Amino acid sequence: MTTDTKTIKTLVDKEYKYGFVTEIEADSIPRGLNEETIHMISAKKNEPEWMLKWRLKAYRHWAKMKKEKGEPKWVNVKYPSIDYQDIIYYSAPKPKKELKSLDEVDPDILKTFEKLGIPLEEQKKLSGVAVDAVFDSVSVATTFKEKLAEMGIIFCSFSEAVLNHPDLIQKYMGSVVPYTDNFFATLNSAVFTDGSFCYIPEGVRCPMELSTYFRINAESTGQFERTLIIAEPGSTVSYLEGCTAPMRDKNQLHAAVVELIALDDATIKYSTIQNWYPGDKDGKGGIYNFVTKRGKCLGRNSHISWTQVETGSAITWKYPGCILQGDNSIGEFYSVALTNNHQQADTGTKMIHIGKNTRSTIISKGISAGYGQNTYRGMVKILKGATGARNYTQCDSLLIGDKCGAHTFPYIEVKNPTAQMEHEASTTRIGEDQMFYCKQRGISTEDAISLIVSGFCKKVFRELPMEFAVEAQRLLSVSLEGSVG
Amino acid sequence: MLEIKNLHAKVDSFEILKGVDLEVNAGEVHSIMGPNASGKSTLAQVLTGRETYKVTAGEILYEGKNLLDMTPEVRACEGVFMAFQYPVEIPGVGSAYFLKAALNAIRKHHGIEEIDAMDFLALAKEKMKLLNIDEKLLNRSINEGFSGGEKKRNEIFQMAILEPKLCIMDETDSGLDIDAMKVVAKGVNALRSPERAIIIITHYQRLLKYIVPDFVHVLVDGRIVKSGGKDLALELEDKGYAWVEEEAVKSK
Ligand SMILES: Nc1ncnc2c1ncn2[C@@H]1O[C@H](COP(=O)(O)OP(=O)(O)OP(=O)(O)O)[C@@H](O)[C@H]1O
Ligand SMILES: [Mg+2]
Repeated sequence: MTTDTKTIKTLVDKEYKYGFVTEIEADSIPRGLNEETIHMISAKKNEPEWMLKWRLKAYRHWAKMKKEKGEPKWVNVKYPSIDYQDIIYYSAPKPKKELKSLDEVDPDILKTFEKLGIPLEEQKKLSGVAVDAVFDSVSVATTFKEKLAEMGIIFCSFSEAVLNHPDLIQKYMGSVVPYTDNFFATLNSAVFTDGSFCYIPEGVRCPMELSTYFRINAESTGQFERTLIIAEPGSTVSYLEGCTAPMRDKNQLHAAVVELIALDDATIKYSTIQNWYPGDKDGKGGIYNFVTKRGKCLGRNSHISWTQVETGSAITWKYPGCILQGDNSIGEFYSVALTNNHQQADTGTKMIHIGKNTRSTIISKGISAGYGQNTYRGMVKILKGATGARNYTQCDSLLIGDKCGAHTFPYIEVKNPTAQMEHEASTTRIGEDQMFYCKQRGISTEDAISLIVSGFCKKVFRELPMEFAVEAQRLLSVSLEGSVG
Repeated sequence: MLEIKNLHAKVDSFEILKGVDLEVNAGEVHSIMGPNASGKSTLAQVLTGRETYKVTAGEILYEGKNLLDMTPEVRACEGVFMAFQYPVEIPGVGSAYFLKAALNAIRKHHGIEEIDAMDFLALAKEKMKLLNIDEKLLNRSINEGFSGGEKKRNEIFQMAILEPKLCIMDETDSGLDIDAMKVVAKGVNALRSPERAIIIITHYQRLLKYIVPDFVHVLVDGRIVKSGGKDLALELEDKGYAWVEEEAVKSK
């Protein structure tokens, strides 16, 4: 058997498994951002006039924001300022010809997704999971489309939806996250390239998990995807997104927008396993993940649930939230955020109670190891009309080692006296006694940590769809490798 | 099986073990008794490799190998087991999951294939029956919210599953009611075998009535000051420790 230190050394030197690059000819536009860039993106995608106009409106607003205030300053993360002129805003694998079916997708791209464990070929599709695969700026394949269409479910790339379902896009795009919302959402509204679109018609329970897999491949590209999910009255859908990127020394920007809309009695469950490249152990490289995700419980008794497992990215900045507008609507946020080495995460949620008897639950589990900095930032707002609103917040931090940090910023604003709020918080270290107990039973240091950490995250993991819970657990232990020494 | 020679150990700057000598052979049951704070738990922790206890002199041979060279997990895999005086809670980690992970780690160490879930469950059920443990405990987080007696019984249950060669029980009897004590004794006696040695740390004769030891040692102030057969435990119960301590001073 090797000694403790030796094992730890080899584990530290182990690399990010998804860090390979696919050599593929790309169709990119020149670096930089100006009105011309927006025209180029829109033209590449053959967009209708209204879409271009919307983008331009957003771009002008962003340019103004950038000049006046710049990036948000309140965030508890540190990074060198981003040169927005040094980013490529559109990069697509060059299609050999127009794609009619999966068989025509470039085999190198299929191979890439296969290497990532996402088989797109018809025969090998994950059973019961429909996948939309986004490679750099475009969606390359959506599986099970026809089967879903039989039930009236639309699951396609955002670009396709702009062309084929303009009425739905025009009605809902920006209705939850307006283009003026925040610096990164505004940037996204101007330059977004692709993403997924789901529409579940009235009374339909989507029979399978819908899943989008995002992959940044090209160098110096930003990924700006947009996802829109609409659940009509009485419908139910469970959606999952996964993300990875190659290892690069330079930081890459990912600024996505996700909007969810749930009408009367509809339920949307949105799960994320985020594993963007976090940078190397000295903090070089990695993805800046600046994301705006929000759901609107528009109808009575509607239900939106966010579950996220955040293990990747150099910096994570995201607050999936719910606007609880319909009476009796329910918003939930279950989160595990892990920071190791030099990763920084500032994440949490916003629950805005507008309707009567609205309820929200927030379970946040932050794990910091190495030099990782983990911030929970949560806002619960109970508006005047939200009689009988209730919130339960539980916010726990686990520290591994003594060079990392955990920070908690809960903001509470209550305008209705009938509201019931409950808040619990804790910060713990992995106990030497717990570690020793495991080791005394024969369990190795690494396995003991991953065991204790998954126990800590149990309340969140059990919210994930079965297959992904296993994946999440595996991911956590991989991300924690080498965290003790 | 186990040879402890002139063992000195300290915590921070306090010397707690001040020259312990002890030899334990396979098939034997030894009991270690002694007043509070005399170093009994410390000896158990040193044997199992807890990092907070530093060995400053002496040696420990286990099956002819230097035990002090092994990490705690390797010692466990090689068959050293301690039933903790204060078992630790690990929130969110299911008892069954934990124990299966432990069993498989040990099997892997010996190049045996992993036990699958079905076989494990069958094994667990058999041992739970032996120790009169409620099967529901298997699905709960390890030790979380267990009653004092449940925790202690659970330690012996783990011991029965892992089948170690050297079993160290640190005050397993304290906190057990009289029926539970008999059940635990039954479990431990079932583990007695010519290949296995057992060290029982206890304050009272009552457990030793059910698990009869071959040897009894008295640890006072970091040294074994007296050793004898099972009758020594009775004598101690009668006369207290003062008597041995006096004898120890006299013999110096
Ligand atoms: N981690 C520690 N830090 C400081 N002192 C310690 C530590 N562990 C043990 N000690 C001290 O060492 C001495 C011996 O403790 P130990 O637990 O071995 O006694 P014991 O014989 O098991 O007693 P008891 O019968 O009460 O269980 C005590 O004085 C105790 O306070
Ligand atoms: Mg003790």
